[in-house]
Amino acid sequence: MSTISDPPSGSFQLSMLINDTRYRSYTFQFIALILLILAFAYLGYNLLANLQAAGLNISYKFLGEPAGYDINQTLIDYTSQSSHWRASLVGVLNTLLVAFLGCIMATVIGVVVGVLRLSNNWLVRQLMSIYVEIFRNVPVLIWILIIMAVFIAVLPQPRDFRGEDATASMVFGAFAFTGRGFYSPAPVFGPGSGVVVAVFLASIAGIFAFRNYAKKALYDRGQLIPTLWPSLAIFFIPAILAFFVMGRPITLDLPSLQGFNFQGGIFMRNSLIALWFALSIYTAAFIAENVRAGILAVSKGQTEAAASLGLRPGRIMNLVVLPQALRVIIPPLISQYLNLTKNSSLAIAVGYMDLTGTLGGITLNQTGRAIEAIFLLMLFYLAISLAISAIMNVYNNAVKLKER
Amino acid sequence: MSDTHAHSVAFVRTTMLPEQPPPVSEAGVVKWARENLFKGWFNSILTILSIYFIYVIVSGAWPWFANGIWNTSSLAECREMLDGMTGACFSVLTERWNQLLFGFTYPTEAYWRPTLAVVLLLVAIAPVLYPKAPRKLMLFTAIYPFLAFWLIWGGTLLTPMMVLVGLIAGYFAFKKFERQSFAMGMLAGLVATVVVIWAGGVIPAAMPDVLALQAIPSRDLGGFMLNMILGTVCVSLSLPLGIMLALGRQSSMPIIKWMCVVFIEFIRGVPLITLLFVANVVLAYFFPPGSNIDLVLRVIIMITMFSSAYIAEVIRGGLAALPRGQYEAGDSLGLDYAQSMRFIILPQALKISIPGIVNVAVGLFKDTTLVSVISMFDLVGMIRGPILASTEWNGVYWELWGFAVFVFFIVCFSISKYSQWLERQLATDHR
Repeated sequence: MSTISDPPSGSFQLSMLINDTRYRSYTFQFIALILLILAFAYLGYNLLANLQAAGLNISYKFLGEPAGYDINQTLIDYTSQSSHWRASLVGVLNTLLVAFLGCIMATVIGVVVGVLRLSNNWLVRQLMSIYVEIFRNVPVLIWILIIMAVFIAVLPQPRDFRGEDATASMVFGAFAFTGRGFYSPAPVFGPGSGVVVAVFLASIAGIFAFRNYAKKALYDRGQLIPTLWPSLAIFFIPAILAFFVMGRPITLDLPSLQGFNFQGGIFMRNSLIALWFALSIYTAAFIAENVRAGILAVSKGQTEAAASLGLRPGRIMNLVVLPQALRVIIPPLISQYLNLTKNSSLAIAVGYMDLTGTLGGITLNQTGRAIEAIFLLMLFYLAISLAISAIMNVYNNAVKLKER
Repeated sequence: MSDTHAHSVAFVRTTMLPEQPPPVSEAGVVKWARENLFKGWFNSILTILSIYFIYVIVSGAWPWFANGIWNTSSLAECREMLDGMTGACFSVLTERWNQLLFGFTYPTEAYWRPTLAVVLLLVAIAPVLYPKAPRKLMLFTAIYPFLAFWLIWGGTLLTPMMVLVGLIAGYFAFKKFERQSFAMGMLAGLVATVVVIWAGGVIPAAMPDVLALQAIPSRDLGGFMLNMILGTVCVSLSLPLGIMLALGRQSSMPIIKWMCVVFIEFIRGVPLITLLFVANVVLAYFFPPGSNIDLVLRVIIMITMFSSAYIAEVIRGGLAALPRGQYEAGDSLGLDYAQSMRFIILPQALKISIPGIVNVAVGLFKDTTLVSVISMFDLVGMIRGPILASTEWNGVYWELWGFAVFVFFIVCFSISKYSQWLERQLATDHR
């Protein structure tokens, strides 16, 4: 536009700031910036005035003071004498734990349901769409509370395991499902167990190396090497051999009933389990839809083309359909993971001590440091979100269709 | 060939055979069942498992439903009437329905007001949802928010009317100055609105009893009504905000663009619950000292910000999906930015984004239950708090949660079905 009308050189007038498209955007941005600064100044002024009136200040010293409350499910050492900072760290780990467990379980359920929704079995198809519709259309908070209520109401209490005529019994003598939580055996690593673990890790690396070799053989020489059974063998045999050679260094610590409660083993509190299950089945309903959409997005012609090239159904799935479907499935899948992580902050409704429960809950209430605690809380979730978005961007760029 | 054949064979049938019905296994129910239920051993196992699953669910739930008791006043009484049988105590619903729907402090004699507001909402929303509804209803839609405010919160009708008059004045000012430029019109409209509302504020203050209903403070709102209010208000407020944010993010002006990007990414990166904490304990620090903004309004502010960021992303998708030619067409017609957006880009972009917007709306409506965490008594808050904690109904889980699931399912499922219907209606491209 500016190239057509010959700009009068050197005669800048004030009205050009509004009327000339070359300068107008600067005017607008300048006004927006001024307004933004004014708004922040206004809010900041109010904040300072309010803080002064209440006799408060902004300080993060409270993080170093002893927390003074107990946390019933911790991954790292923590006592009520530990600092608020330590309590927040416990909360962070608990958030990451439930998010991690939830993502795995949601993916498994979601993929199975998504595939079954495309099954040619009418009954299964209907059941799965009922599942998806019911779980997608009801708030996740309600599901969390329902599952928590079911756990407490339906599962036996530890005292029911006691006595001669116990109404409940342990599964395989190793797992106990009680209303208070789940107990399972914990591995105890004795001397020499490091070797077993090292061998195990090495064999996992070996599987990847073997698969790479098989792929290379296929691409370079056209030689088809079976991978499934050798992989399984590499996975199990060296570790088991090492286990026996070292004289069984890893033992199991079984939970056992002592008094009114179970001792030993790994204990997962009912709030963790309820949150985990609820988040998983809720998110799985969304993932199922993504999976279904992804599979449907691969046109039928692709399958038929692969079949006409003489590929068998398994290879069609692995080599033709899945690579194309995954391109569609993965981005929404990752954003579902993100949603699950953010929804895990609902832990506070069932008393699971994630970061919202420690830093945003008890620490906030005890110290009254609302602004600081919520700021840190938001910062943590923001960091996770941005990290996951960054991973997603890298992935998207990697699988993007390379066009001209 | 047929000639040689005819000569070589002694007998050729000359009449048609009568038509036979297909074999039983190839027709009707049997064929359908064979193809859809028992195709291969794996499918057969799945079918049998499914049938068993349905049997377990139905046989467990049916007696519970059928023996349901609807007319007792406490759980103990209900258990006594059931006398050891399996059965539901639906009497908690018949006894506490008012608390579940309206909260426990909303005055009983005013229940007709939110009820009427919901009925009128259906009327007001009809012309928006159904393109075939009479256009004149749009006028009612325009005055509905003010009417609903008056019905639910009470007070004098003059207060919402003054706001309405202010907006009308703003509209006329906008129309008058729109000729000069869109920005000028907006500015004039804004000034006119503020001036009229500010100046007219003396009228309701002077006559608080004209056309007045009993005033109800917003802390008395509760139950499912609160979910409905939060959902409707926040979605409608966040639409214009979301459009502005989306346009801002697409803008070529770096400062405006980055302001929008930071806002959107920040809001999308944190869980709603932290924003509700902000509304609960932090937001009050940012208002002028001495001002007392009530909790419902603070929550509405935060949820609106939350959903506007999500709606902005959906609309940005719509804007990005439009072919470049549409933008260029606007330019080549000589339209300025505001005109080409209003007449060419946005109508198409919004049409593409409707399914996404509805998704956000459903998600937001579900998320309104989170306010129970900051101790507001919405439907979930009522169930967790006053009802399950009462001595009469301590221990009634299934009936109450079943009710909550039922209510939310009905609303959200119908919204998503509507969106699918609308998508088909709006599909004007020929496939």
